[in-house]
Amino acid sequence: MEYIVLLFSEIYKILYVLIPVLVSVAMIVWLDRRIWAFVQKRRGPNVVGPFGLFQTLADALKYIFKEIIIPASSNKIIFILAPIVTMTLALIAWAVIPFSKDYVLADINVGILYIFAISSLGVYGIIMGGWASNSKYPFLGSIRSAAQMVSYEVSIGVIIINVLLCVGSLNLSDIVLAQEKIWFVIPLFPMFVIFFISSLAETNRPPFDLPEAEAELVAGYQTEYSGMMYAMFWLGEYANILLMCALGSILFLGGWLAPMDIPLFDIVPPPVWLILKILFLFVLFALIKAIVPRYRYDQLMRLGWKVFLPFSLIWVVLTSGYLLYFDLLPVY
Amino acid sequence: MLAHAIFFYFFSFVAIISAIMVTASKNTVHSVFFLILDFISISCLFIMIGAEFLGMIMLIVYVGAVAVLFLFVVMMLNVAQQKNQWFKSSETSTHIPVGLIVSLIIFFELIIIIGGWKYKPDIIKNFSDSLTSNPTNTHTIGSVLYTEYIHLFQISGMILLVAMIGAIVLTFRKREGVKRQNYFSQISREKNQGVELVEVKSNEGVKIDV
Repeated sequence: MEYIVLLFSEIYKILYVLIPVLVSVAMIVWLDRRIWAFVQKRRGPNVVGPFGLFQTLADALKYIFKEIIIPASSNKIIFILAPIVTMTLALIAWAVIPFSKDYVLADINVGILYIFAISSLGVYGIIMGGWASNSKYPFLGSIRSAAQMVSYEVSIGVIIINVLLCVGSLNLSDIVLAQEKIWFVIPLFPMFVIFFISSLAETNRPPFDLPEAEAELVAGYQTEYSGMMYAMFWLGEYANILLMCALGSILFLGGWLAPMDIPLFDIVPPPVWLILKILFLFVLFALIKAIVPRYRYDQLMRLGWKVFLPFSLIWVVLTSGYLLYFDLLPVY
Repeated sequence: MLAHAIFFYFFSFVAIISAIMVTASKNTVHSVFFLILDFISISCLFIMIGAEFLGMIMLIVYVGAVAVLFLFVVMMLNVAQQKNQWFKSSETSTHIPVGLIVSLIIFFELIIIIGGWKYKPDIIKNFSDSLTSNPTNTHTIGSVLYTEYIHLFQISGMILLVAMIGAIVLTFRKREGVKRQNYFSQISREKNQGVELVEVKSNEGVKIDV
C-alpha cells in the first residue's frame, strides 16, 4: 500500500513537470517559426487558433495520422529505437532542473553532471538513426553530428568547471543560490558567450545545423523518417533546445532569482523568472537562426577545438587564480 | 528495501546479458550498442551504492566519449558483418589463448582485491575519517584525490598525455600537394580585393589574368 501511494505521488510530480515542458515545446516551435518569419518580413503561422498558437498541435495531429514508412534495407529495431532515445533523453534531463527552491523533482548532489551526462548521451539518437537508415545522406549527417557534438561538449564541460569553481557544489539549487549577490553572467561574461555558442552547436541549431544541412544532405539523419517518428525527433530536438536555455539561465542568469532584491519583484513567483530567462535565451536562439548563415564544416571544427577549448581552459586558470588570490574559494 | 533489491537485480541482469551480447552478437555495431547498454547499467549500479559521482563520470567519459569513438571507428571501417564464431578458434586465428591469459590475470587481480577487502577491512579505514566529515562523495573524492594521492593522480595524467602525444605522432603524416585553408586570409578578404568593376567595350571583351 505504501509503495502504491509513493508510486502515484511520484507519477503526479513527474507529470507536473513533464506536461508543462511538452506544452511549452509545442509553443516554442510556434514562437521559433514566428520570429523567423518576422525577421524575414513574413507573417509566419497565423491561421490555426489565436495568432496561430495551435499550429504545432495541428502539425502533431497531421504527423500522428501519417503513415510510418520503414525502409526495407534498414535495421528495423535500431531505426525505431532512435527517435525514442532522442525524445526520452531530452525529457528525462528535466528531472533535475530547479524551478524554485522547493519545486524540483530530484534535488540530487550531482545535478549538473547528470545534465551533462544526459546531453552527451543525446548524440546516440542521431547516430542510431543515421546508421540504421542504411542510406548515404543520413549516414553522413550522423557522422558529422557525432563529431560536432563530441567536440563542443568538451568546451561546455570546461565552462561548467568555471562556474563550479565559483560555487563549490554540483547541485543545481546551490548553483542558483550562489548567485544571490551577483549573477555569474557579469564576472564570467566571456564564458556565457562561449556557452551560448556551444549550446547552439550542441543542439544542432543554425548556424551549426550541418547534420541536417538541406543543401548538401537533404535532411541529414532525418531523411528516411516519416510520420510520428519524424515528429518525435523534432520534439526531442526542441526539448533539448529548451533544456540548454534552462541550463544557461541556471548557470549564468541566476535561475529563479529576481534581477534585484527589491520587494516589488517578490510578487512574481520564482518559476516565472526562470521561464522569462529561458524565453529570453530562446528568442536569441531563434534570432540567430534567422540572421546567421551556415558555417563551413572545417571552420566549425576549428572553432570548437582551436578557439573555444583553449580560451575556456585559460579562463579556468584565471578564475581559480583570482579566487585563490582573493581567498574567495568556496570551502565546505 | 524491496524496490532496492528489484532494481539491483534488474540492472545487474541487464549488465551481464549485455556483456555477453557484446561478444556474442554477429553485427559489430550491435556489439558497440550492447557495450553502451552495459556501461549505462553499470553506472546505474554505481549510483545505487551511493557513488553518484563515479556513476556520472562513467556515463560522461565512457558512454559520452569513448563509446562514441568506438561507434565511429566501427561505422567508418564498415566491418558490420563479420563472421563471428563464438569461442571457436580456427586455424587462422590464434587470439583465443591471448584473451584467456588476459582474462585470467584480471580474474586473479579481482580475487586479490575482493579477498583483501574481505579479510583485511582495516585497509580502507586509513582514510575513513575524511570519508565521514564531508557532505557528499564528490567532496570526499576530491579531498582524497588531491591530497593523499596527488602524485599517483598526476602520474596518471602524465601517462595519458604521453599516450595522446604518441597517438598523434604515430598517425601524423605530412602530405605534399595539399591545399590548406588559411582562415585569416579568407575572413579578412575585403570587397575591393575580390571584385573589380570593369567597363567593357563592345567587340573587345575583357582581358582576364588569373
